[in-house]
Amino acid sequence: MNHEEIEISVKNFNLWYADNQALKNINLDIPRRRITALIGPSGCGKTSFIRCLNRMNDLIPTVRTEGEMLLNNENINHKDVDVVSLRKKVGMVFQKPNPFPSSVFENVAYGPRIHGEKNKQQLAQIVEESLKNAALWDEVRDRIDRSALSLSGGQQQRLCIARTLAVHPDIILLDEPCSALDPISTSKIEDLMVKLKEHYTIIIVTHNMQQAARVSDYTAFFLHGKIIEFDETKKLFKKPKEKSTEDYITGRFG
Amino acid sequence: MKVRENVVKIGLCSTSLMAVAALFIVVAYVFFNGAGIINLSFLLESPYRFEYGGIFPQIIGSLCLVGICLLFAVPLGVASAIYLVEYAPDNIVTASVRFFIECLAGIPSIVIGLFGLVFLVYRLGLGISMLSGGLTLGFMILPWTVRASEEAIKTVPYSYMEASLALGASKWQSIYGVILKSAYPGIITGILLGMGKAMGETAVVLLTAGSGLESFLPQSILDPVASLPVYIYMLATQGHTEASYSRAFGASLVLITMFLIISMFAMFLRNRYITRNSGF
Ligand SMILES: Nc1ncnc2c1ncn2[C@@H]1O[C@H](COP(=O)(O)OP(=O)(O)OP(=O)(O)O)[C@@H](O)[C@H]1O
Ligand SMILES: [Mg+2]
Repeated sequence: MNHEEIEISVKNFNLWYADNQALKNINLDIPRRRITALIGPSGCGKTSFIRCLNRMNDLIPTVRTEGEMLLNNENINHKDVDVVSLRKKVGMVFQKPNPFPSSVFENVAYGPRIHGEKNKQQLAQIVEESLKNAALWDEVRDRIDRSALSLSGGQQQRLCIARTLAVHPDIILLDEPCSALDPISTSKIEDLMVKLKEHYTIIIVTHNMQQAARVSDYTAFFLHGKIIEFDETKKLFKKPKEKSTEDYITGRFG
Repeated sequence: MKVRENVVKIGLCSTSLMAVAALFIVVAYVFFNGAGIINLSFLLESPYRFEYGGIFPQIIGSLCLVGICLLFAVPLGVASAIYLVEYAPDNIVTASVRFFIECLAGIPSIVIGLFGLVFLVYRLGLGISMLSGGLTLGFMILPWTVRASEEAIKTVPYSYMEASLALGASKWQSIYGVILKSAYPGIITGILLGMGKAMGETAVVLLTAGSGLESFLPQSILDPVASLPVYIYMLATQGHTEASYSRAFGASLVLITMFLIISMFAMFLRNRYITRNSGF
């Protein structure tokens, strides 16, 4: 861990939904241009955690947070932070594919347009590049003007990834991106992540232990709103320090 | 059990047939009584007393009134709906505003017409005019456009909003670029219903826009203006001759047809939008 550059540093972070504390004293350093996997049983707070990294939890009125999340030495949760530009830097792919009900092209072009790109050629180029990076280009190149809703679930999820890439974020949050996908789409997305980490810091929530072991460099194990263990993936899976981590990754629990 | 299923089915079927038949009789009656009088000169000439001439100023007047009404009610209605759904705090004030709009939709049109007459025509000095009539019609359909737009906006899945915000769009960009685009078919349907109400409305127009028999085209929006419903009303209540009744039916047929054409156009817009955006 010492040799890694840190992208996000989380310090003594707590989160409540009204009176229900969902995250308890989280401390975590997320390395730059690596894949960090978040694992843990359902309801342990993984989604709550990553939704803080791009302030999506602002949309939930009952949420209250405490503690620091530092991105480039700036506290993400400070009230003066420009949320819009934070979200441009920290892209998110949701658990359920949620393409807009417009064409494949429009879906990918939406972000760059919002951020001021008007040049048609430039847009077309960004769209093509993003779709290529999301391993979807070959499948949709002939129907780029067809509705995104006519794509399969796996294609839709890759479209959502392309849509996020088109904004050129620094960090990509993926919330169980493969949970609804077949093994072929899943392996495409895994290959994609490995390719993307050259340029992006990736945080992925997954319930699939093999997936975490295969693609991630670091893994954090969440339980009841706490981080029980955080380590290099190899070490954590080979020799977990905590009993509960071992129980969870070997499937004896959760 | 099976028998009871069938009895229910047959009962429901015959009831709906009766409903359709009743509607059909009305339309057929209008058609047979009105079709004879319709020709080019009826459509393109001005009326002269109750029994002569055409209904050109009435057609144009109705279109202008509906146009002003929509220009007023649609932007205001859609904007209020956006505010109510996306921005208004979830509290008692908002709830009261919703309830108030709900109630406004139920006010009889003659009451709104009276308001238009006293407030717009006299107090604001707009006179009996196209502007007064159009605005009063706008007041009449405003609650309907607010409600229809609200419903349409509410049916857009929240995940679209989340997706847009997560891409770094501001709230307004998300509403404009995603929510309104998806709500558009529903909003169109709501506007269409409002337009139908406005086009057929008689009481409001009679009190605020003109006597219906005007044989001239308005030169400005402050001139009185004729309209099909008021023309029909005048002919039906004061004509008392065969010729004036058949003219009333002819005008009715034109009114119905205009409404059909506009509905079909709106449907076309809506369907083109839907097929373009929902795959297949
Ligand atoms: N919008 C919300 N309002 C209130 N409580 C919530 C909300 N979202 C999550 N919670 C609570 O916070 C806790 C953590 O939920 P979270 O969704 O972060 O878990 P998770 O680890 O992502 O689970 P899963 O693996 O099932 O997605 C749960 O107890 C949940 O009930
Ligand atoms: Mg979750």
